[in-house]
Amino acid sequence: MKEVKLFVGPQHPGMHGNASIHMYVDGDIINRAYLLPGMLHRGFEKSMEKRTWMNNIALIPRICVPEPDTNEMVYAMNIEALANIEVPERAHWIRMLVLELARLAIHLMAFGGCGGPTGLYTAMYWAQADRDGILELFEEISGQRIYHMYIVAGGVRKDLPKGIEKKIIAYIDDLEARLPDYEELVLNNPSIRKRLVDNIILPKEVVWELGVTGIGMRSATGEPYDLRKVTPYARYDKVEFDVPTATYSDAQTRMTLKYLEMYQTIRIIRQVLDMMPKGKVRAKVDDGSALRWKVPAGQVYSAVEASRGEYGYYTVSTGELMPYRVAVRGASFPQGLLGLEKYLPGHRIDDAPLWFDTMGICSPEIDR
Amino acid sequence: MSKNSIIAPLKGWKYLFKKPISVPMDDIFKNPRESRDNYRGFHVNDWEKCIGCGTCGEICPTKAITMVERGEIEEKDGVKAERPVVDYGRCCFCGLCVDICASGSLNMTKGYLFNSSDPENYIHMPRELDITGKEHKLGYVKDESSDLLDLERKHMEQVDPGERKNSFVEIVRGFSKQQAIAESARCVACEICTKTCPANMNIPDYIKTIWDDKVEDGLEILYETNPLPSVCGRICTHMCEDACAIGNRGDAVAIRWLKRYIVDNMPDEQYEKLALASVSKKGNGRVAIVGAGSSGLSAAYYLTTLGYEVEMYEKLPLAGGPMRYGAPRYRLPDDVVDKDIGFIEKLGVKINTGVEIGKNIMLGELKDKFDAVFVATGYPHTQHLDIEGSEHNDVIEAMDFLEESADYVRGVSAMPDIEENVVVIGSGNVAFDVARTLIRFQNEKFGKSSVMMMALEREDQVPADAEEVEEGTAEGIIFNLGCGPQKIDINEDTGAVASVEAHACTRLFDEKGKFAPVFDPSITQCVITKQVYLAIGQVPDFSYISDELQSKMDLTGGKIKVGPLGEVKGMPWLFAGGDIVHGMDIINGVADGHKAALGIDKYLSKK
Repeated sequence: MKEVKLFVGPQHPGMHGNASIHMYVDGDIINRAYLLPGMLHRGFEKSMEKRTWMNNIALIPRICVPEPDTNEMVYAMNIEALANIEVPERAHWIRMLVLELARLAIHLMAFGGCGGPTGLYTAMYWAQADRDGILELFEEISGQRIYHMYIVAGGVRKDLPKGIEKKIIAYIDDLEARLPDYEELVLNNPSIRKRLVDNIILPKEVVWELGVTGIGMRSATGEPYDLRKVTPYARYDKVEFDVPTATYSDAQTRMTLKYLEMYQTIRIIRQVLDMMPKGKVRAKVDDGSALRWKVPAGQVYSAVEASRGEYGYYTVSTGELMPYRVAVRGASFPQGLLGLEKYLPGHRIDDAPLWFDTMGICSPEIDR
Repeated sequence: MSKNSIIAPLKGWKYLFKKPISVPMDDIFKNPRESRDNYRGFHVNDWEKCIGCGTCGEICPTKAITMVERGEIEEKDGVKAERPVVDYGRCCFCGLCVDICASGSLNMTKGYLFNSSDPENYIHMPRELDITGKEHKLGYVKDESSDLLDLERKHMEQVDPGERKNSFVEIVRGFSKQQAIAESARCVACEICTKTCPANMNIPDYIKTIWDDKVEDGLEILYETNPLPSVCGRICTHMCEDACAIGNRGDAVAIRWLKRYIVDNMPDEQYEKLALASVSKKGNGRVAIVGAGSSGLSAAYYLTTLGYEVEMYEKLPLAGGPMRYGAPRYRLPDDVVDKDIGFIEKLGVKINTGVEIGKNIMLGELKDKFDAVFVATGYPHTQHLDIEGSEHNDVIEAMDFLEESADYVRGVSAMPDIEENVVVIGSGNVAFDVARTLIRFQNEKFGKSSVMMMALEREDQVPADAEEVEEGTAEGIIFNLGCGPQKIDINEDTGAVASVEAHACTRLFDEKGKFAPVFDPSITQCVITKQVYLAIGQVPDFSYISDELQSKMDLTGGKIKVGPLGEVKGMPWLFAGGDIVHGMDIINGVADGHKAALGIDKYLSKK
């Protein structure tokens, strides 16, 4: 038997989202691999053109399920830029809080994600349980665990519930105290290192070639390219944090960077809670009821630093009730679609899920 | 491999002694975790509070909400008989429906559990009790920042009270384009107003034309149901605004001012083209209309557009009825009335003014000369107050006074003879018209005003519109409410009015809600005045209808009973409408005129 055609996903526990990898394998080694997207093709971008500016907030979080808030954020930023809305100060800080909590949640999920394919289930159990704590916080803040629909054009939907600050502090204190366990038991665990170290290397040239951003880029090039630093949005220019980088990007480095970023995120959350002013949390988008909100004509691109890299929306408005066009720059598009095709061959079958996990790939972003 | 990497994993043992984070399956069903306070779970809708406007369904991104008519719910003004039904196969629990709910009846519960280990117990639709048999707790509710309605009415520019009390300049300035568009954006197009409007004007549609900045389409919609849009855009009793869904939690949409915006912002040529466009030549016959008020004019317009030849008879020198002789100029300038009536005349309606039926020409003659007759003679006289001294010359009836004042402002007669200190009896809209007109006259004549409003009603019972009370107060009306005049004293020497004696009114309505004022003679007051104005209601005048005809009609409570299209029973040629059918109200008049036009068309096309 020379070459076997094999599918991983869309229904596979090691698969990230509803995508499928179409592989031609020789024994254990992948000869060729193609991503088969479209399993979740709900036509997000097209659907947005048929929904009012407000209604879209129910749709966009679905473009990246584990980290939906970046979608809401860029969508809101675009509307605010077009309609020239001044977001209340408090809303900026609440947005940062939500975005950082979401970053924490998705990094934890990445830890969980590499637990499955490597066989180290401890990582998965711990990370998922810890992530659940964040989901509970989100439930209290926004009313839902996964699809928050909380960051809206003009600010955030509602003010933070009373006493949530204490709960957040208690949670991050607890997490921070236990993060060293993650390092010792997951990152330094020989069974996982065997699979991660010197495996699935992302060379520097590939970063430039494909346009990989986020942890992929930072781990390979040593460039501290982080949109929160480069073009600060919300109030990221007012908080202190470091951008961990590396110059050799194997799976282990990328996991380590995620791990280090969690500390920075916790640092940001502490500052946000400290510095958050009181006041209003939402400005009006337009006169009248939400059924008749119009956004002035124009086009704008906004991007935020998602856990997977630069995440942007390009929005065109013709001044009507609905967007004329919204194009999504999915952060995981380069490494997820092109990168996989080009650089997965030569790896083992069971490295494919690890590629997805450590590269940070969210398949709806590719489908959108 | 370092030594540490062998020992480190053993640290995980410490978790053996901690409580597990995972939840036992048994607990999920029997002792489910309660969701957080803000949780967006299953919906809960208070049917008593819900008005069935359907705005929740409008905003729903997944089209999960349909409005279903429920037999047990009664439809009334401002409340539809429909209630929302949520399809949980589609619902995405975004909660936008809660955020936009006009009445505030729709909220979300903490309920999320619908599955059970027992397939028989599995719930497909949330019930009043949750799966564990407990009541649902309230979860997500909206607050000020999540609210998706615009509750605040756009400010309407008005002439300052200090300035306006000296002149008859129109108080309300009207919306600018920007204001009108912003105000029209507040509408949620629920159509509750359309159901409430007597003329069933297509309000959401014409408001939308403002929002779309296509007022010419709006005018066409206005003329479909109302040929007096300029007048109604100023003095309509706006029952639509009372019913407006937005009014449940905030200010109702300024429907009347928006209507006014459409007519005020149409270029004349285009206006004429549209107003005169819809004439058909279908009908064949001649119709006489008695009374050129709102109802008569409305009937004339629609009959003419149906192709009938219409002739109107009006007692007073100018057509318009209360629009000319009732509403003061500061609320309704003459050129506005001219505009609306002008278009009706241009259609070919002949208006014979200064012709009184029953005097110059008899109703019977009209019957012979025309194929059908529509009577809309209104409530021309003031209700008489039967107390001692009320026959005096300086006890003046509101309708006579308003007629004289209108003529004076128009420049065709002298100022009515007014005194420095006057009392107006009554607190309805007409009483306010009288009082505020008097204030203007007094300021003109004496440089100061002193008008006291005396009425049985207490402050919270005043029947006039709130804006009348507010504006009248700003202009300087002195209120003396909750007391009933018992006697008007006449000075025996001079023969002039000296004072009004009044007793406190302790009760206005009896247990059955019938008007039956009770006075307390121990609390009396005596107000010194030289003139008393009576504005305690209006009465019709049916003297032009012969006794023989009257005996055939159903004339109870000063109103003629008619069929759905204005038909007077037993007299197929006679139709009636307006005040004499529905009581004083301009928009009812317009509606009656339209209906009667349809009734006459039906009658004449069968003939």
